[in-house]
Amino acid sequence: MPHSDLPISLLRRMYRTMVLIRRFEEAVADRVTAGEIKTPCHLYIGQEAVATGVCSVLDREDYVWGGHRSHGHYIAKGGDIRALMAEIFCRATGCSEGRGGSMHICAPEVGILGTVPLVAATIPLAAGAALASKLRNDRRVSVSFFGDGATEEGHFHETLNIAGLYRLPVLFVCENNFYSSHLHLSERRVCDNIDSAGQLHGVASVRVDGNDVLAVRDAATRAVDRARNGMGPTLIECRTFRWRGHVGPSWDMDVGIKRKDDLKQWIERDPIRLLREVLLAQGESPEEVDAVETECGDLIEDAVGFAKNSPEPDPRQLLQHVFKYS
Amino acid sequence: MRTLSYVSALREAHAQLLSQDSRVFIIGQGLWSPWYAGGSMQGLEKQFGRDRVIDSPVSENATTGLAVGAALAGMRPIVFHPRMDFMLLAVDPIVNQAANWSYMFAGKVKVPLVIRAVINRGGEQGAQHAQALQAMFMHIPGLKVVMPATAYDAKGLLIAAVNDGNPVLYIDDRWLYAESGHVPEEMYSAPIGTAAVQRRGRDVTIVATSIMVKESVLAAEMLSREGIDCEVIDLRSIKPWDRDTILQSVAKTRRLVIADAAWHTCGVAAEIAATIGAEAFGHLRHAILRITLPDAPAPSSAALEAFYFIGAADVVSGVRQMFCGSSKKGPA
Repeated sequence: MPHSDLPISLLRRMYRTMVLIRRFEEAVADRVTAGEIKTPCHLYIGQEAVATGVCSVLDREDYVWGGHRSHGHYIAKGGDIRALMAEIFCRATGCSEGRGGSMHICAPEVGILGTVPLVAATIPLAAGAALASKLRNDRRVSVSFFGDGATEEGHFHETLNIAGLYRLPVLFVCENNFYSSHLHLSERRVCDNIDSAGQLHGVASVRVDGNDVLAVRDAATRAVDRARNGMGPTLIECRTFRWRGHVGPSWDMDVGIKRKDDLKQWIERDPIRLLREVLLAQGESPEEVDAVETECGDLIEDAVGFAKNSPEPDPRQLLQHVFKYS
Repeated sequence: MRTLSYVSALREAHAQLLSQDSRVFIIGQGLWSPWYAGGSMQGLEKQFGRDRVIDSPVSENATTGLAVGAALAGMRPIVFHPRMDFMLLAVDPIVNQAANWSYMFAGKVKVPLVIRAVINRGGEQGAQHAQALQAMFMHIPGLKVVMPATAYDAKGLLIAAVNDGNPVLYIDDRWLYAESGHVPEEMYSAPIGTAAVQRRGRDVTIVATSIMVKESVLAAEMLSREGIDCEVIDLRSIKPWDRDTILQSVAKTRRLVIADAAWHTCGVAAEIAATIGAEAFGHLRHAILRITLPDAPAPSSAALEAFYFIGAADVVSGVRQMFCGSSKKGPA
């Protein structure tokens, strides 16, 4: 029987976060299908345990950096979901006021200074924020979320070396979902060994089941503890799977035979269901556990309504913010 | 009036910024070396500590990305590239990241970053130790670009760049390091976006960048002996650039020469020529002349370098061409 020593309130909170992300992404998928959302959306469905587990050990002031598939990071870190949905609808009330769309989102009030789709680009930025924290001695940690494809970029290797050398308070969280767009990991690297990059660069490394939120949280707890105590960075490889296509709502967009077989196995290991079993084993009733569905559904319905009723950005403001004080 | 060399003015600016603002730090290659930065950073790590003056691994991309991230997190970093050529390995953090973040996130975050790049050419160093790439970066919205030509501006523009609140590419040229001029001891800013008239004249306007300011002043002295009175404008800030000062000057002189020691095609001179050509068409008595490097990589051989690089003599012959065919040697 699955079991956890964590307080039941914390388990419930993580469960709620995962459900909120799942339902949010499903709502986005539906609106994309309906033609209401046009910005390219890279959905996080299937990977919820990674963002949830890592962010569950962070403080509000800690930094989180992401990429093109970052709705889940934003929600897990506590960003406002109305502002996120409005941004995905590219409205003036969005977190980036319609300049960002799905792939450029921010919530500075909770430490998300930005996510961008340029693969691996935020890895050195995360280390830079960690350098700032080290120089100020403010005990903040910085978390870089990126996919397996990003580990093929020079950004990744250069930054791991520097972060290891300066013992920066940063977590490198690789969400290995085995596909970079349509290409399987085995078509992009000789060995399935992303976690070994840490050792090469003097960075502590761990490989975890990215669908097990408790395993992710456990690894993140130790990594954050190391970071806050001056012991430097950690690379956490979370092995997980995205259920939908690289981009968009479709289930079969970049499916070869292999991915279809993989998907079946990974859906059986749905991260939300795994945590649900833990909650039930701890004595929660199914009704208690499922109560979050209604709450999350209401929040998302409200966010969609807010987004749809929000104005488009004003073309007269097209040239604002090219420079900060212009 | 205190006189200081360009390189000493640069060092003083770094030192004053480090001492006045705890958010300022420097990261880049060669900072702890006595010669890498041409003396412009000498001993700073002893004065301010190796935590704040960081001689980095050979990772232009990551160090620049780190500086962008630190700026987003509230610091005022200066990232140093002792050779501008090598800075091309950091184009992603400069162009995709630093220049875009304020706009992409509707001004909710900012990137108060200075990227200092050194043009370090000549001496048979060849194509990858020579490039002056200001035009590439001038092209990018969201980036400011400055090129100090005097000791005064070497200090004043660095201080202005650090305090600007936006990403600023600061480009200095090793060929200017020994130049000296008036440099106040206190901290001061030279305005970004304002050109400086270095020499008043009536007959032709020469707009020059960086090393070509000094060369153009020399050229103007030679040409004055031939009866041609040149106005020399130091552009100082490549982006934004000061069109008003140039337009006013051209309205008076009715002739424009632009001298930029970088490639011809799509260069700074091309941009200025296009703009002034459009806005001052009615004033111009002669086609605008660009004095630039040929569209070729820099050679190593000194014999070839002598033909490749440009200086006062090229400005003189260019201006002379403008006046030949007129009834007088001097202006009509």
